[in-house]
Amino acid sequence: MRVNCTVNGEKRQADDVWPGESLLYVLRERLGLPGSKNACEQGECGSCTVYLDGTPVCSCLVAAGQAEGRDVVTVEGLEFGRVQEAFLSTGAVQCGFCTPGLVVAVHDLLARNERPSDPDIREALAGNLCRCTGYEKILDAVRLAAR
Amino acid sequence: MDFLQPSTWDEALAAKAAHPDAVPIAGGTDVMVELNFDRRRPPALLDLSRVAPLTEWGTDGDMLRVGAGVPYRRIIEELGGRLPGLAMAARTVGSPQIRNRGTVGGNLGSASPAGDAHPPLLAARAEVELASVRGVRRVPVESFFTGPKRSVLAPDELIAAFRVRTARAGEQFAKIGTRNAMVIAVCSFALALDPVRRTVGTGIGSAAPTPVRATAAEAFLVAELDWDSRGAVPPGVAAEFGRLVAAAAAPIDDVRGTAAYRRHALSVLARRALVWAWEGLR
Ligand SMILES: Cc1cc2nc3c(=O)[nH]c(=O)nc-3n(C[C@H](O)[C@H](O)[C@H](O)COP(=O)(O)OP(=O)(O)OC[C@H]3O[C@@H](n4cnc5c(N)ncnc54)[C@H](O)[C@@H]3O)c2cc1C
Ligand code: FES
Ligand code: FES
Repeated sequence: MRVNCTVNGEKRQADDVWPGESLLYVLRERLGLPGSKNACEQGECGSCTVYLDGTPVCSCLVAAGQAEGRDVVTVEGLEFGRVQEAFLSTGAVQCGFCTPGLVVAVHDLLARNERPSDPDIREALAGNLCRCTGYEKILDAVRLAAR
Repeated sequence: MDFLQPSTWDEALAAKAAHPDAVPIAGGTDVMVELNFDRRRPPALLDLSRVAPLTEWGTDGDMLRVGAGVPYRRIIEELGGRLPGLAMAARTVGSPQIRNRGTVGGNLGSASPAGDAHPPLLAARAEVELASVRGVRRVPVESFFTGPKRSVLAPDELIAAFRVRTARAGEQFAKIGTRNAMVIAVCSFALALDPVRRTVGTGIGSAAPTPVRATAAEAFLVAELDWDSRGAVPPGVAAEFGRLVAAAAAPIDDVRGTAAYRRHALSVLARRALVWAWEGLR
């Protein structure tokens, strides 16, 4: 089947989509946007987080056809700014596999809450796993970006 | 595999009648995991995410009718005041990303004994509204589940909504897990005290083949609570209530916990939920 949607502000079309495949697969394998990562395919790790109609979701749990006509923003579509800079300057990126999902989640958090408390940050990032950093640097990054 | 994409409720019911083996997909947080891991290869998916009435809720006197497709995030944000027990349970589901997509209709559809929406719906005596081209029927949540991951939903039916009395206070939900986020309940408990109608509702999760009520515990509390002056709950009453709740469960040993632990934890959760809910009414 064919899926049409807006991705990072551009109208995109994916052909030969298998109806059971995920939006994550469409983004990475059909539209050439490998920023969103595939680490678990079961909603546990958050590394595939994208905005779908303005709401952060795990793209591995969205059926491709459910994105038809919708607006998708991936990490590639976020302007480089304070969130990404804060991740770099605090050392919150090691292997970097979790980073795209975290950047989207933090972008959403700060859009809703400019001055999040530590519990707010932990709650907002509860769906993003990192196997490397131990999270302290990630918390530092969010605190810095929020400043 | 076909992808059926109705845009109206009538189209959705017609599609389900024509393709009874099509698997409905709402938030996809259960269905997509099964597809991604090749555990399921249905002949068709029936996407309900474009059927607007499923994502709406409204009031009918003091009854609320909530569309099956309202995600947890909106239950928390829009209905937290009217359905406090369900909103507490919704806050414990998965993570923000999961709550943004996952729906109560999908929780019912999966009919897992661990589904977090089920205990508060049981405690509040909610009804599930099922629809097909044949018509609409309402089933008490208590009779909806028939076994682990099984329900009375017929192959041509869809879950339209659930209906429940608004509560505002007197409801509690508590869940045991290894951390706050992303946990399937080891066991869970919901309580609904209605001081006007003087009723007690309970719901136990993850401690029997289906979510269950603790009916003996409910009857005990109705008789023992000091509804007139709303005096504090005597410790003996709270302890006996906890014991009766634990006795209503039929837990098993599994990777998440032992049957004995679940029974013990339930008695503690029930006792605490009672004190919190009663304090909320005083
Ligand atoms: C990482 C992760 C964490 C999770 N954590 C929790 C948790 O803490 N607590 C919890 O309870 N659950 C949890 N879940 C499970 C899941 O999120 C819930 O069961 C959720 O309520 C499913 O809703 P959905 O809309 O995504 O359902 P879907 O996946 O779209 O559907 C689930 C089932 O219901 C059927 N269905 C959906 N809508 C209808 C309808 N209107 N009519 C008929 N059938 C329908 C589908 O065919 C399918 O069988 C988690 C899942 C993931 C991936
Ligand atoms: S790949 Fe989607 S949550 Fe892990
Ligand atoms: S930096 Fe490696 S997983 Fe987070």
